[in-house]
Parts: sequence; C-alpha cells; structure tokens
Amino acid sequence: MNDVIQVRVHAALNITPVIREITFEPVDTALPAYSAGSHVQVHIPLAQRTLRNAYSLLNAPADRTAYRIAVRLQEHSRGGSRYLHENLKVGDVLNLSRPANLFPIHTLGRHHILIAGGIGITPFLAYSEHLLREGASFELHYAYRSGLTDAYVQPLAERLGDRLHAYDSLERPLNLAPILSNQPLGSHLYICGPQRLLASVREQASALGWPDGRIHWEAFSSAEPGLPFSVELAQSGRRIEVGADQSLLEALEANAVEIPNLCRGGVCGQCVTRYVKGDVTHRDHFLAANERADRLMPCVSRGCGSSLVLDL
Amino acid sequence: MTLILKPVETYRDDFTFSNSAHAIARFPFPFPEDQYRYSVNIEPATSRDPGSVFEHWFDIDEHYRSEMAERARVLEQDPRRYLVMPHMQTASWDALQMFMEHLSNDYPALFSLTRAGDQWHWRNHVLGIDQHFTFGDPGTLPCEPLEFITRQVQGDIALLDQRDNDLFMDAGMVTSPADWSLAFDAGMSFKQWHTPVPMAHELGVFDRALKYLLNIQVDKPVRRLNWTLTINPRMDTSPETFHEWGHDRSTVTAENAGALVHLRVELQFMARLPRSNGLMFSIRTYLISLNELVTNPVWATRLHRVLRDLPDPIADYKGMTRYRQPLLAWLSQFDPHA
Repeated sequence: MNDVIQVRVHAALNITPVIREITFEPVDTALPAYSAGSHVQVHIPLAQRTLRNAYSLLNAPADRTAYRIAVRLQEHSRGGSRYLHENLKVGDVLNLSRPANLFPIHTLGRHHILIAGGIGITPFLAYSEHLLREGASFELHYAYRSGLTDAYVQPLAERLGDRLHAYDSLERPLNLAPILSNQPLGSHLYICGPQRLLASVREQASALGWPDGRIHWEAFSSAEPGLPFSVELAQSGRRIEVGADQSLLEALEANAVEIPNLCRGGVCGQCVTRYVKGDVTHRDHFLAANERADRLMPCVSRGCGSSLVLDL
Repeated sequence: MTLILKPVETYRDDFTFSNSAHAIARFPFPFPEDQYRYSVNIEPATSRDPGSVFEHWFDIDEHYRSEMAERARVLEQDPRRYLVMPHMQTASWDALQMFMEHLSNDYPALFSLTRAGDQWHWRNHVLGIDQHFTFGDPGTLPCEPLEFITRQVQGDIALLDQRDNDLFMDAGMVTSPADWSLAFDAGMSFKQWHTPVPMAHELGVFDRALKYLLNIQVDKPVRRLNWTLTINPRMDTSPETFHEWGHDRSTVTAENAGALVHLRVELQFMARLPRSNGLMFSIRTYLISLNELVTNPVWATRLHRVLRDLPDPIADYKGMTRYRQPLLAWLSQFDPHA
C-alpha cells in the first residue's frame, strides 16, 4: 500500500489576508476516509527541497471526494506556508501522507467543550460536523482577531447556532473561568491554538479540578529554523549536514535515512531517536526531562555546540 | 485456482469437518523454527503468496458455509456472543464498509456491492442474501450492521475503541474463541483482557504491542499468527460451553492423538477503522487434525520439537498439560532425532 496519496488542487481561496483554504481532489481513486481531528502531511515542493507540513482536515469526515485544509501564512516560517499562499495554483498536483489522528474525539464524552484560538479552529470544523451528525452535546469557543483570523466565524454561526461562542479578541476577550466551571460530569475539554492559549486553559482547568484525562490538546507547529549543524550516524559512520532552515528529520530523509513520523511538529513521539553524545536544543512537547539525556525528536530539535552523534 | 466451497460440515456432535488437500497445503503453519518463543510477531498485512491465507485482508476458504452455519447455531443458543456498546455505532458501520468493499473486490464471484451515494446494494451469492440499505441507517437492515456483516464473514471480530492511549473491547462477534469470552472481556482495556497470558507481561510484550497497535494507520493493517491445540475440530471452545468440551482433553491417547488433536491457528488481523478511529481485530481460525498435518513431514518433525520443549506455564495456558505425554508419544514417531 502506497504511503502517499496524489491529489490535485481543486480550489484555493484566500478567506482572510493570512488564511488560505485549499481543496484537494483525488487524482485517481477515492480518498481514504478519516476521523475528526485527523491531519495530513502536505509535501510542499520548494525549489531546493520538499518540505512536509501537517495540516488538519476540515471537512465532514464521511466525505471522500475532497480534502480541505486551511493554511495560515507564517511570517517566520521556512517557506512552506508562503509557498501554499503565493505559488500554489488550481490544477497543481501534490502528494499528501495518509490521514492520521493524534487529536481524536473521546468516544465516552457526555459533553464536549472545544476551545479554538485563531487558525486552531481547523480540527474543530471536522469535530463540529461529526458531533452534529452524532447528535452529541457540545459547545465551541472560538477566539480570533477580526479581519485576520476570523476565517470561519460566519459559516460556523449558521451551522452551530448558539453552540458557537465567538470572541473577537479586541472587543470581547476569551474569559475561561465561566467556560471551565459548572460543566457536567463526563465533559471533555479540547484545545487547539497558540501555545499560550493551551498553557492558560490547561492551567485553569487543572486549578478547577479537571482530571488530566479529560483535557485534550493539539499543539501543531512546524519545525523552526536554527543554526546549521552537522550530525554523525554512529552505526554507519556517515556525516550529514543540516542546513539553517532544514530540520534534522528532513536532512536525514534527504540522505535516504527514513524515520517513522506523524506530526513533524514535536508532539506525537513517533520519530524519537537515541543519541550517543552531543549537545541538543530540545524543542519537542513529548519527551520527559530524563528522557532527553539520550533521546531527541529530530522533527523539531537541533544540535548545538559539540558535535551530535545519533544511534543510527 | 478457483475457490470451491464445500457443503456444510459440522464442528460439533459428529464432527464431519475435514480439510481437502488444497486446504492442508495452504494451512498457515505458525512455527518458523523448532522452538516456540514469545515475540511481538506483528508484520504489515501486505498481500503475498497468491492463493495463500495472506493474499487478502479477509480470507474466504472452502469452509465458508460450515463456519457461517456454526455461527448461526451458536448465536441461536447464546446471543451474548455478539455485543455492541452504544458508542460503537460509527465503528460498526466502518467495519461493515471494510468487509463489503474488500470481499466484493477480492471475491467477485461470491459477493457484490453497488453504491449510489449512501444507497447500497449488497449481494451474497453463497448465502442467498440480497439487501438494499441506506449506509448509516440501521433501520434499513434486518439487524444491527455489525451483526449483519459478521454473520457473513469467517472469523471472530472484535471492535476496539481507542481512547486514553489504550484500547477497549467494546464490540464484537465472537463465536469461535480459543477459550475466552467476549461477554467476560467486554469493556476491558488491552492489558486487562491479556491478564491470563503467562510470562509475556514480564517480558514487556504487551507494552510494546499496545504502543504499536495504537499507531496503526488507515489502510496500513498488520497481522500476526497465534496458535493453540483443540481436541476435535471444535470451533466453539468458549468458557460458556466448557462443560461440553473440557472433558475431551482426558480422552487423548497415544493411539488416537492424530485424529483427536487439532492444531488451531489464529490469523489475527488489525486494521484502523477510518471514521471512528477504532481498531478492528479479526481472528480468523484455521483447524487441522494432526493426521492431516503430518502429511507434511517438515511440519510433523517441527511440531514435535516445539511441543516437547514448550515451557510448562505456556503448555498449561494452552490447555495441553492433561494430554501432553500421550501427544508427544504419538508425535515422536515423526521426528528422526527423537
């Protein structure tokens, strides 16, 4: 079974100055079905190399005729989002990874509370369709900046009615205490958005007595650039150079060293690799402090200082 | 080679079940070496060896009619062999779709599926089923979707819910278990339902296996073989009917072992259910009498060595302690170094 799905760009639409929605259609067969909260890796063909960025799938999970994603233009990115905003055209053919779900809806939830910040709304578009279809109890809290990241306020308001609570951050900031208090037993909380929103919701929920198992979050971010460094592979003795705007995982892949991976953003733990020596800047959200002594996540973390030697 | 389905044979009472030479040749003999060791022997379920049990996701063989008749009979006596918890509805439809798509594609002479949107038309030419229904609407089927389809597929099926970084046995159709019970395991987590397995917990086998299973991706299923022994070709060796088959173990002698003792191999297949994010665990059981098995001299010698050297706790777990000595006495005649 092939690891990539070939798709064609069916539509690409700027829905705000920084958010572009892209619809992919299959090139030959129907697209694989997926569950709400799933993402795909988009293989982005930059001039020098192919980047792989993960994006949540937006549409109703039962739909196998198209995949939709929404891409926020990242000012300090390595060019992936810029390419999708400025270079991608209708009719272009791209590769996607198969959908994977690192942010599923809890099947036993009696009530679902979704909190989105900005582009973090994307997985909750698929969530909403699934929960509506199931007749499940839920509420969606959506904080955004008007005219910038308010991409889906209008359609969601029409679809969800009073289940949607919209917060234009300049006029009506998100106030977490009333959302997190007095919720029924069996409620589950889901957060997607910037790191500070995640931290703040988790902290307040925890203070209010929410058990960890009822709090779910997705913190997708792509690898960020750094200084170039070189890495040595202990088992083969090879030496590989990692460029400033290249991740260690990408550099390994460019040299035909394949490592299992799903999120490419430091959260899923699939690409954990042992290292024998060297200094590491850990940028993941997965490894515990003691694990970092001999393990790293090459999708986001980088070597620094003394030469890095991987157990590969 | 064209698949020829046998007429109905029995897995109880007069035990008329037997394997054709073709079925013996494709039997999934599970021992790659002369010694059995626990391992996480999971591999990607890619199609291989056309005609073998590894060619298709769901293997249909000459015993199809017999197994479906046996399932119907078990359910008639004990409907609790089938279970679907309320949160497993989406997973049930996922499973129905997966079976119908693969069976109609892999066995077009036996099954066909035509679709227009959510209006589906399913035909099972062997069992004479012709059903129009609306996908997702249980009211358009004669019974629940998981029951409808699993009455037409060989092998036991469990649907596992994935949550809290664990798997839970929350739905299934289990009428031919190797001494375990869906009604008993219902709602249990992965390690809870594996509690009775000796030695493997200490080896960390289940930690590794669980981590692997949680990460199975859509359209990338995996499989493994498991085995035990069964007296007589009895499919339904469940705890609920232990009183009917438990005493069979005391009837094995060095003279009748070849006819009575059967190697029971489970081809376990695990696939991600795309819409529900659940996991399908199908357990396809193959039975072979030792008389049939020893027609392959390599298998005969190897089985003797494996059973002779098996650690006692594993032999006990597999229920063979009672008759291990007469069985080894019978098998030793096929081992030139015995």
